[in-house]
Amino acid sequence: MDNLFAYIMHREGAPHDSAAELLAAARQLAPQAAPVAILAGHGPELDAACQQAAALFPQVWKIGHPYLAQPNAEILRPLLARLVPQGALLLLAHEHFAMDLAPGLSVKLGAAYLPDAVAFTGIEGGRLKAVREEFAGLVSAHVSLDLSAGAVISLRPGAFKAGEAAPVQGQISDKSAADLDGGMPPARRRYIETVAAEAGEVDITKAEVLVSVGRGIQDQDNLELVFDLAKALGAEVSCSRPIVDAKWLPKPRQVGTSGKTVKPKVYLACGISGSSQHLGGLTGASCVIAINKHPKAPIFQRAEVGVVADIIQFLPVLTKAVRAAK
Amino acid sequence: MEILVCVKQVPDTAENDIELAKGGRDIEREDLVYSVNEWDNYAVEAAIQLRDQVGGRVTVVTIGGEEADEVLRRQLAMGADGGLHVNDEALEGSDGLGLARVLEAVAQQGSYDLILTGAQADDGAGQVGGMLAALMDLPFAALVNHIEPSGAGALRIGREVAGGDQEISEMDLPCVLSIQTGINQPRYVGIRGIRKVASVEIPQLDAAALGLDAASLGAGAARLRRLDYFVPQSGPGARMLAGKPDQLAAQLVEILKAKGGIR
Ligand SMILES: Cc1cc2nc3c(=O)[nH]c(=O)nc-3n(C[C@H](O)[C@H](O)[C@H](O)COP(=O)(O)OP(=O)(O)OC[C@H]3O[C@@H](n4cnc5c(N)ncnc54)[C@H](O)[C@@H]3O)c2cc1C
Ligand SMILES: Nc1ncnc2c1ncn2[C@@H]1O[C@H](COP(=O)(O)O)[C@@H](O)[C@H]1O
Repeated sequence: MDNLFAYIMHREGAPHDSAAELLAAARQLAPQAAPVAILAGHGPELDAACQQAAALFPQVWKIGHPYLAQPNAEILRPLLARLVPQGALLLLAHEHFAMDLAPGLSVKLGAAYLPDAVAFTGIEGGRLKAVREEFAGLVSAHVSLDLSAGAVISLRPGAFKAGEAAPVQGQISDKSAADLDGGMPPARRRYIETVAAEAGEVDITKAEVLVSVGRGIQDQDNLELVFDLAKALGAEVSCSRPIVDAKWLPKPRQVGTSGKTVKPKVYLACGISGSSQHLGGLTGASCVIAINKHPKAPIFQRAEVGVVADIIQFLPVLTKAVRAAK
Repeated sequence: MEILVCVKQVPDTAENDIELAKGGRDIEREDLVYSVNEWDNYAVEAAIQLRDQVGGRVTVVTIGGEEADEVLRRQLAMGADGGLHVNDEALEGSDGLGLARVLEAVAQQGSYDLILTGAQADDGAGQVGGMLAALMDLPFAALVNHIEPSGAGALRIGREVAGGDQEISEMDLPCVLSIQTGINQPRYVGIRGIRKVASVEIPQLDAAALGLDAASLGAGAARLRRLDYFVPQSGPGARMLAGKPDQLAAQLVEILKAKGGIR
């Protein structure tokens, strides 16, 4: 299997953290292959990112164009559909850009699509066996993917552990000129601007202790229980996404891939199930303590300490105990 | 504006304990509480708001068994103008592309300016919308958290990107958008509202009615197949505390002290 590609996101001249994970996954699929990293963008930032990617991957394809200065899947998809050869396997990290790019790319390549894989368990008879999670992580599934016409595979960030490979001196090929000669595809989606997430009055990324609340709190009025506990502990309050969607707390308090990445000494997750997107914001948290009424909640896999309890009843008891201990 | 919204009936993971059945070949479906996929509810609300702003019609479509009728009625009660129900055993075991092909056939029977899907459903794939757009050769945007009309034939949209930043673009119609939660506050639907639409006629479609070749559908045509469900034995997990609430609290206080959790 020598038709192995990895699409690498980059920012401010550096490849995304997932680059090394994609390499590790590619090595799992074909230990002997020379996987090709593909980076798209524009200018010195793209050049710098390609340089760094070439320390990981034996080959790097650079696609540069002013139109690609902002990642725009609508422009990139037809370019990749032209560049990536028939039957190839293309890996990418399952996050906001892949969700935009990848499903349609698989169609345009005539390839199969495997979204959000968390593990590979082997290749047999032209089919890849892999593991996915379903039902908000409550159960996993083995799936089998037909590789005969190629495949686009997105990987759960953090699921494939980056290896300890020595740096290589990869070769960078400029694919910009040749393949953009046909002109840029018509952009039926035109980028205007990026609005940065609001800052908010509290900076949960600096907090040493976070009491974090999820949908298990059930009612806006019950948030008082969470703030009482946080006050007793000297902690800040953070939350999962549904709490922000319901407008019970402001966006800057949201932890996760579409919120903040936090790094407290203690993260007390109250009524949070532990979705992959929520845990994506917890990579730097030292000690996670979970309180959830459901003994099989996925958060208990990530947590160090778990308590099965109804938070509506239990939080006041805990708050009282904390006050008494001070 | 003619808007088609794709909705899926899913087990409500907040209400259910998902258990394996038939040695992992399925999940236990008896007594399972179903609801509309959370993301699709936001998509329907977005469609209704847009229609109320610029006029037009909202049609909701689902591919599912008989009981999926329930989610269509719920969306009609929310304010959708019509429903379509694709129900055909031959579609069982379809992969994302299979479902997208069916939705493409549905879309081609109408003339839609805008097609909305949820960002993802219960198997967390986030694939059907992007595939549908590619099949129809329409522009696509995933994780849309803002929509407003922008002159004739275009929309101004926001997409959620890393860290909650918002990417603003202008997009030509017709197009396909996958909707992210938080874009709006889906309106409440009571039993009364659902009763009101109980007698609304919902056309039933199967593969033949959609002009689809049954051989190219379902498990046989799927390139991504589910082999089994299982519960992973991943690591030791949390140390679970035991005892009465007072005892649990006392243990937690000691742990919090030790970890620097009390300041
Ligand atoms: C692209 C994308 C980005 C996303 N980004 C984020 C993100 O940044 N952050 C984020 O959090 N989510 C994010 N999500 C959403 C994510 O998929 C989940 O939907 C969300 O994390 C669920 O939040 P939750 O755990 O609070 O709610 P649920 O999953 O509904 O879990 C509620 C939990 O509370 C428990 N519970 C219920 N009642 C009680 C009670 N009385 N006492 C104790 N426990 C109780 C239940 O057992 C359950 O485990 C994103 C999704 C997508 C598609
Ligand atoms: N069976 C279905 N019927 C109608 N729409 C669906 C179906 N499955 C998926 N969709 C749509 O595709 C979106 C994404 O689902 P998925 O790609 O399965 O994660 C959902 O939010 C729905 O809008």
